[in-house]
Amino acid sequence: MLVDDLNDLTNHHKSHCKLYADYVASMFPKGQAEQLADIPFLPVRAFKEFTLKSVPDDAVYKTMRSSGTSGQFSQIFLDKQTALSQTRALAESFADYFGKGRFPMLVIDSESTVKDRLKFSARTAAINGFSMFSNKRCFALKDDMTLDLESIRTFLAVNSGKRIFVFGFTFLIWSTFIQELKRRKQTLPLENAFFLHGGGWKKLEAEKVSNDAFREAIHETTGSSSVHNYYGMVEQTGTIFIECEKGHLHAARQGAALARDPRTHKALDHGVTGLLQVFSSIQGSYPGHSLLTEDIGRTYAGSSCGCGRGGTIVEIDGRLAQAEVRGCSDAYP
Amino acid sequence: MSAQEKYDEAFIETFEIEKSDLTEKLEYQSIPAWDSVGHMALMAEIEEVFDIMLEMDDILEFGSYTTGRETLKKYDVEF
Repeated sequence: MLVDDLNDLTNHHKSHCKLYADYVASMFPKGQAEQLADIPFLPVRAFKEFTLKSVPDDAVYKTMRSSGTSGQFSQIFLDKQTALSQTRALAESFADYFGKGRFPMLVIDSESTVKDRLKFSARTAAINGFSMFSNKRCFALKDDMTLDLESIRTFLAVNSGKRIFVFGFTFLIWSTFIQELKRRKQTLPLENAFFLHGGGWKKLEAEKVSNDAFREAIHETTGSSSVHNYYGMVEQTGTIFIECEKGHLHAARQGAALARDPRTHKALDHGVTGLLQVFSSIQGSYPGHSLLTEDIGRTYAGSSCGCGRGGTIVEIDGRLAQAEVRGCSDAYP
Repeated sequence: MSAQEKYDEAFIETFEIEKSDLTEKLEYQSIPAWDSVGHMALMAEIEEVFDIMLEMDDILEFGSYTTGRETLKKYDVEF
């Protein structure tokens, strides 16, 4: 049971991370949680302001950092076991949607983004993480982030007849790929390809289009009708929500979500809009198993979808405005 | 080149290490170069030199220099 695994993690982090133990003691005096809504949660922002880890320094194998739009960035400490669990969870989710194969991968980004693998950004981490499902890669953008149509066409010709895995950040696929193909009045033969995109619209929030319009534009320029969004964050790498054929983002087997009232933090029913809290049962090296995000949205029961996947569905509206975040960042010492 | 030599060469080339580093202590994440990115580079190199295509499960199982040989036996690589 997910609740049992999460309770175990709460206890584990309480005994190995004093800062977390003090926080839980002051904010969540109640003992074992009987349901998801009772699991103590940390505002995701806590990783920007505090060093939170539950392993000794010499067990830290890698430190992941989020790209901090506000100048601050999260620090996530991984030990070997947690890193391995991330890989396994991601592989399981990916296989559930796209099978166990590995594919020629078209990355809608530039190679320079991933070159320095010690300099971890969320984009680097995502591209490298998903690259395990590739057997070869082509970067669709030049280092100046312009579309490299010639390289793409060569790559597609070499891999003709194969199912191509197209991966990238939503805003980059939109601005540097789809819009650019349209502008140049070009199309690409990607009828057999599947698209996986995530990360939202970032600084292009003003240009944001609906998911339907996004899918339609991809179909128009590439012929592909297999377009899957994913929702995830560097603080819970490996445990992601993937959009099914019916357009719903489902939690992984290791994950779940619920919405909370932004002011009172009261857990909300399915269908009611609030701040999203996300759960993941694989975080051993840092207390990131239950996080209150800064994303606004709703949840639905997975079984209501009909695609056969049981994982909780999330619907994301976007990021909470900066000023309002105060409410939840005040909630920890 | 024997299978063993090709196998050793894949590790040496990918991780820029020495033949003397190829011991039972060499495993995933035991050296900085063998991280998740290095792992995929190693898998690509092994696929190339043995002309095989590894299954996802086997890529995840491939945990060390020593046990990797067992994985490759599934693909009819004889050591």
